[in-house]
Amino acid sequence: MTTADPTAAPAGAPGATGPGGAGDPAAPGGPGRTGARGGTTPTAVGRPRGRGRGTALAVVAWACGLVFVLPVVWMALISFRSEPDAATNPPMLLAPFTLDGYREFFGLDGGASPWPPLINSAMASTFSTLFVLVLALPAAYALSIKPVKRWKDVMFFFLSTKMLPLVAGLLPIYLIARSIGMLDNIWLLVILFTAMNLPIAVWMMQSFLSEVPRSLIEAAQIDGARLPVVLLRVVAPIAAPGIAATALICFIFSWNEMLFARVLTGVTAETAPVFLTGFVTSQGLFLAQVSAASIVISLPVLAAGYAAQDKLVQGLSLGAVK
Amino acid sequence: MSDTSVTPSPAGGASPSAGARPAPAPRRSRSTRPGAGGPGPRARAWASRAPLLPALVFMIVVTQLPFLGTLVISFFSWNSLNPEARAFNGFGNYGTVLSDSALRSSVITTVVLTTTVVLVSLVLGLLLALLLDRRFPGRGAVRTMLITPFLLVPVAAALLWKHVLFNPEYGLFNGLLNTVGGFLGFEDPIQPDWISDMPLFAIEAALIWQWTPFMMLILLAGLQSRPLDAIEAARIDGAGDWQIFRYITLPHLRRYLELGALLGSIYIVQHFDAVFTITGGALGTANLPFTIYQTFYRAHEYGLASAAGVLVVIGTIILATFALRVVSSLFSEEGGHS
Repeated sequence: MTTADPTAAPAGAPGATGPGGAGDPAAPGGPGRTGARGGTTPTAVGRPRGRGRGTALAVVAWACGLVFVLPVVWMALISFRSEPDAATNPPMLLAPFTLDGYREFFGLDGGASPWPPLINSAMASTFSTLFVLVLALPAAYALSIKPVKRWKDVMFFFLSTKMLPLVAGLLPIYLIARSIGMLDNIWLLVILFTAMNLPIAVWMMQSFLSEVPRSLIEAAQIDGARLPVVLLRVVAPIAAPGIAATALICFIFSWNEMLFARVLTGVTAETAPVFLTGFVTSQGLFLAQVSAASIVISLPVLAAGYAAQDKLVQGLSLGAVK
Repeated sequence: MSDTSVTPSPAGGASPSAGARPAPAPRRSRSTRPGAGGPGPRARAWASRAPLLPALVFMIVVTQLPFLGTLVISFFSWNSLNPEARAFNGFGNYGTVLSDSALRSSVITTVVLTTTVVLVSLVLGLLLALLLDRRFPGRGAVRTMLITPFLLVPVAAALLWKHVLFNPEYGLFNGLLNTVGGFLGFEDPIQPDWISDMPLFAIEAALIWQWTPFMMLILLAGLQSRPLDAIEAARIDGAGDWQIFRYITLPHLRRYLELGALLGSIYIVQHFDAVFTITGGALGTANLPFTIYQTFYRAHEYGLASAAGVLVVIGTIILATFALRVVSSLFSEEGGHS
């Protein structure tokens, strides 16, 4: 957004600044500081003096991005190889394409099918997300648009529950579930995932709903609109993107959860991450299969995460950062 | 700083006694005045609370009651393999937990793991946020690439590091060492057995890789909310890059750094998946969640597991009090909520 200047200190050093700075005729002396002083426009790209360094920093940024994404790309690459080709040392850049890893993972050549765990995960994540929305939307309404007394205390109560380590409540939940016959039941996970995500959702929705201008709501009410109409016609259109992002983030957290799912489920209600733990110990040559499994099970999260990208930080910081 | 009196009370603290604050609901200020308005205002107050109640009750039942259960069980000597011998044990379990070397070492592991991961990913996240806080071709694509590690299922990410990258025979790291070593003409390049040789580092590396994007996102949001006019003014006054970074950017980012550190700590103190997947808690890498899981799930020591759980909660509350303070100061800074 602003000029490139603060970035120079940490990242400008390694390499590439030399040729860019020297080749830039508009940077007479000391490419760093004078360039900074000259730039009064808030864009870095169009500024002639910083261009050499700007290019270098862009290259560094691209390099960092590639380093971070490389393990995932590599995993995707070897998931399409035969097992011997996937496990070579030194690694091969190119190898014959095959879907054997995916065939193996989906149990087409015998072995356990991943579909029941995938369906369980989809059910647990979808239903818990729905429950979260049903509970959090009215709550957020009572905390933002028409706030109750001491609404901040209520907000911080929700937040404090998120900070309790889940593992501390695991045992009583296990004992209760066992005594009422809810072990290995997907609905138990639905309830727990709902509780896990509700504070996040309340915080996010509260911050999205409070972005709805009060004057709009009052104007609609003066015009005689009843509450449902106000909610549908005024509040919903403004808050919809935020609500969608909240739902996606809750979906991600539910899909990812492994500890509770592992302790509280068995054969019938096993979720996808629990199924993945079957790959923890090495089983001979199985690298392509592990990669295929990891990718398939991560795909819903990747899709939801990319879709919610713009609101991701607001959700993860519980609405504290916009 | 008006609402720092809020304390995270875990056991049913639905409305802790926080200081008086300006009533945010202007239209119904005196909702429950004794005897004055009859049922009218009171009913209205309840009507406005009604939408809140289902969520509140649900949270108390599902998150606070189990913790009370943990608290009660922690005072009993109870091994599920020997249920007849269940008996009240006072603080005995706490004594055992605090003197148990495995548990103590898992406390240290948790502290080391959390501090390392949070600090390193904060620094890396800051550098990446600074790089991304400017326009360049493909900025959106780089951002997408950077957040990809965070969007892998944690177990999948741990499996990726364990098998695809760290495997001593055919993992990518040793493969690259082999390739590069071959180019440079080494006879036999080093091929470390990463997980056995440096187990805690292996877990830290995987977690840093996943959590750096999180820090980057928070700090990037912080950078983009910097007061541009102040920076321009400083620049006109002749301030250099470093001075602007040191005296404007960094102080502005302080809150965001704190928030990232505290949220990261809260998530990573509770982290289980990478420890479980990469080392199975062996080689001194068992952190508290893993140890509690093992005490309960493998050793069936219910009383001990509960006492350890209570201790974790106490530790987390100390951490969370700071976190809540940071969040609440950010929260009250934003004008939109008042």
